[in-house]
Amino acid sequence: METLMVILVGILVSIGTYLILSKQLLRIVLGVSIVGHAVNLLIITSGGLKTGSAPLLGEKAAGFADALPQALVLTAIVINFAVTAVVLVLCYRSYQSFGTDDMEQLRGNEHE
Amino acid sequence: MSIFFIFIFLPLISAVIVPLLYKYLNRLVHTGWFVLLVPLSIFIYLLRYIPDVAAGNTYKYSLSWIPSLDMNFTSYVDGLSLLFGLLISGIGTLVIIYSIFYMSKAREALHSFYVYLLMFMGAMLGLVFSDHLLVLYGFWELTSVSSFLLISYWYERKSSRQGALKAMLITVLGGFGMLAGFIMLIMMADTYSIREMIANLDVIQGHALFIPAMLCVLLGAFTKSAQFPFGIWLPDAMEAPTPVSSYLHSATMVKAGIYLVARMTPLFGGSSVWFWLVAGIGIITLLYGSLTAVRQTDLKAMLAYSTISQLGMIMCLLGVGSLAIYFGPGDSGTIFTVATFAALFHLFNHSTFKGSLFMVVGIIDHETGRRDIRYLGGLMQVMPITFTIAVIGGFSMAGLPPFNGFLSKEMFFAAVNDVSGAGIFGLGKIGLLFPVIAWVASVFTFVYCMIFVFRTFGGQYRPEKLTRKVHEAPWGMLFSPVVLGLLVIFIFFFPNVLGKYILTPALTAILPKMPISSYDLKISAWHGLNMELIMTIGVIVIGIFLFKTKKHWVQILRNYPQGLTLNHLYNQGLSGTEKLSASLTNRYMTGSLRHYLIYIFAFFAIVLLSSLLLLHGIQFDFSNNAAISIFDAGLVLAMVIAALTVLFAGNRIVAIVALGALGYMVSMFFVIFRAPDLALTQMVVETVTTVLFLLCFYHLPKLKKSVERIPFKLTNLIISIAMGLTVTVLALSANGHKLFEPISSFFENSYKLAGAKNIVNAILVDFRGFDTMLEISVLAIAGLGVYILVHQRSKRREQHETE
Amino acid sequence: MKPNDVILKSVTRVAAVIISTFSIYLFMNGHHHPGGGFIGGLSTASAIVLLYLSFGIEKVRENIRVDFKKLAAIGVLIALVTGMAGVVFGKPFLSQAFGYYDLPIFGNTELASALIFDTGVALAVIGTAVNIILSISEDR
Repeated sequence: METLMVILVGILVSIGTYLILSKQLLRIVLGVSIVGHAVNLLIITSGGLKTGSAPLLGEKAAGFADALPQALVLTAIVINFAVTAVVLVLCYRSYQSFGTDDMEQLRGNEHE
Repeated sequence: MSIFFIFIFLPLISAVIVPLLYKYLNRLVHTGWFVLLVPLSIFIYLLRYIPDVAAGNTYKYSLSWIPSLDMNFTSYVDGLSLLFGLLISGIGTLVIIYSIFYMSKAREALHSFYVYLLMFMGAMLGLVFSDHLLVLYGFWELTSVSSFLLISYWYERKSSRQGALKAMLITVLGGFGMLAGFIMLIMMADTYSIREMIANLDVIQGHALFIPAMLCVLLGAFTKSAQFPFGIWLPDAMEAPTPVSSYLHSATMVKAGIYLVARMTPLFGGSSVWFWLVAGIGIITLLYGSLTAVRQTDLKAMLAYSTISQLGMIMCLLGVGSLAIYFGPGDSGTIFTVATFAALFHLFNHSTFKGSLFMVVGIIDHETGRRDIRYLGGLMQVMPITFTIAVIGGFSMAGLPPFNGFLSKEMFFAAVNDVSGAGIFGLGKIGLLFPVIAWVASVFTFVYCMIFVFRTFGGQYRPEKLTRKVHEAPWGMLFSPVVLGLLVIFIFFFPNVLGKYILTPALTAILPKMPISSYDLKISAWHGLNMELIMTIGVIVIGIFLFKTKKHWVQILRNYPQGLTLNHLYNQGLSGTEKLSASLTNRYMTGSLRHYLIYIFAFFAIVLLSSLLLLHGIQFDFSNNAAISIFDAGLVLAMVIAALTVLFAGNRIVAIVALGALGYMVSMFFVIFRAPDLALTQMVVETVTTVLFLLCFYHLPKLKKSVERIPFKLTNLIISIAMGLTVTVLALSANGHKLFEPISSFFENSYKLAGAKNIVNAILVDFRGFDTMLEISVLAIAGLGVYILVHQRSKRREQHETE
Repeated sequence: MKPNDVILKSVTRVAAVIISTFSIYLFMNGHHHPGGGFIGGLSTASAIVLLYLSFGIEKVRENIRVDFKKLAAIGVLIALVTGMAGVVFGKPFLSQAFGYYDLPIFGNTELASALIFDTGVALAVIGTAVNIILSISEDR
């Protein structure tokens, strides 16, 4: 299962990276989102899968799933949301201001 | 915290209050009067140490700062640091009195001026009292920074900014060198404390890093003390207000290099490299400074070069004095101990006469609006008191009796005479150069002192060349130079008071192995008719001759080609480096986001994959894997399909819906992986995110069918596959290596430790509460960012519409 | 053209209440069962967003007079202040305390300062999420 998940993560990262490298702003945002999902899955996989019951002590189970990656991912999900929101807004604001969503036309070294 | 530290940090603490005082009280009282209390109280406090330190005691205070890194502000009060402490606070007091009348309270930004000045004072005190090398370095750089701020005080002027930048670049360059030297010293001696290094002398002197460390430390000292060839920043630093020039750039900061050399003499002294560098560079600087000073027409530039020259002289004396360590106790040792004594004596004298001369220039500048000798002359009649001070300071600098400069100049001649006959370190033949260069430099020193005094105050009074009506300065501006001038005369007549109570203890700190207390170090004006006196008489005779015939020969000095000056070299070097780095940077900083991302991704893949390969890190271990159910496999397949749909979608809606589907499937995985909190969160977040995407829809452009060229697509493909491969290999290898026991079992005590049965929640709110708190702060900031991004524009649009 | 959204509006009337109740349940339960500040906050935010979507910004704003930017700031402040409370009692920053008390009606109840901290988290999350959505949807 871990191996399968890691391969899934690899595929998602590849797709996400491809999208990030494309020219269109919206595709870049989509790519960032996909990479975010991939990383969350990777973190949760690294804690070992299906090793015990949910990390709730009320369950009175013999073993619990690793709670630390879960806590990390929980914060990551929420931050991901905030990052997506900011990137999305940045994206459409720059589209409105510059009238293009082509990254090659948004190059900025003339002003540096 | 002992009272000592309160006084040492007093300048830094009070710097915080100054802006408030300026804001509320400046209209009534000049802010300087409040600031004055700071150095004055420190001076009085430090005076109390004189009897004890003179009796041979030292004090150690320690203030823990970062104990875990062994960073403590350990402070030693010994003769050397006390001498500097008294100079810093004493001259500081006088300079602030002077500045109260020099800096107009109506026109100048006094709060920044005094904040910088106090910052400098605190840094300088910290520097001289610190025993911890890294702390000393920190204060050292703080003096550079405050000097930068003070030079650029009139920042509207281009020359101020350039001068400040030059000073900063050169001194900080030296500072970095010094830091490297300090680190080598710390590695050698395995301690941060200078005292302990001196105690473990054998370890350091036998070490291979001994010479590199010495060179690096000297680089710091020479740049700070404006030694040849680094001295070019000092004349440009004269763009600062005159109180600053008088305080930082003649009396205290430039002497930090001298302090460092003196402090390090017990460590490095006695080696031939140290002697040749310190004494050699010192005497070259002495000659260079005095020759250049003669051809200046700006009074302040003349004083700047004369400061360089005098600092070179002190440096040279310290170098010669370090021979005492080579010879050890004995007759020869005694001779060179006296040289070190002379260095300290001249250091003190220089602070007195040069401080007063700078203040005189400040007065001339303030009253006449000019400081170029070509416009000045005959001021003797209108400014008699200023003239008197100038005579005292100038004649003292020239080495004439009855002023203190005469005494130390005589001792300097004695020292260079002794060194020519020392017969070690290959001094045999070229040793004679020392007295010759010293004498020539002294002649020119005499000449520029005469130019300074008589071209300004003597000759014809020409009021038509001046922009203002000239009169004597107010008493407040005269007070400080008069005090310094009186000190110059007082020291000539009673030099041994100073010698016994202040200089001898400092000498003990520099040469701890010499039996200083058994020497009878007496300074006297009359030694009988010996070599030194003949040299002095020669200086006066030739000097007067050269002064009288100045216009015939000074042109030769002025004709020195501009292209060969150090300044020219500096300017060329600076613009050259700027051009080079610009062209280099523009080659890879193309402004295209895609290029930058390619760098990052390629670096990530190459570094990780190659290090995994090289370190044999690739190891797969599938034995602990959990079983795969059909449901899992189906979900994985569905996710891949969803992601591919996002990739190939030609329509915005399809892409966003596919992305949402991907997110919901992630939350299903969380359910499978027994993470109920995550599943819930992911579900809600995915919903809100999809809403977000759909809301932005209105503003976003349509997805275009990508029409990129094949190479473009191919690069992207290679890089993205490399990224995916790297992550996969890395994660698989990480799964194969369980190097450490997981720490998660600790969190299973959450009910006992945090009273929570939900471990994830316990980690979030209790065990790692700090992370969560910062996370929600980031969240709130992101929210504000979005708000501002949206509203800033709509506001501008509204303005546009109303127009 | 005004879209026909009767179904949406009637469903929202019921759903918003249910979601809000459920999110309060999630939030309060977070200490021992799945839930907590993040989830509770997010689901409350989604209830509010649902209201905005179906009834429009103006109408909802008349009824819920909350500045969500300030709400986010208040949330962060609450978290910070609970952290400082530990410092006052000589414990490290952000130490949480808990105890068991016999309260009327509720019986033996655990009271934990972590709950206050979690309230801060929830408020910050609600404030941010709603603020982001509102800013974007207002920008027409």
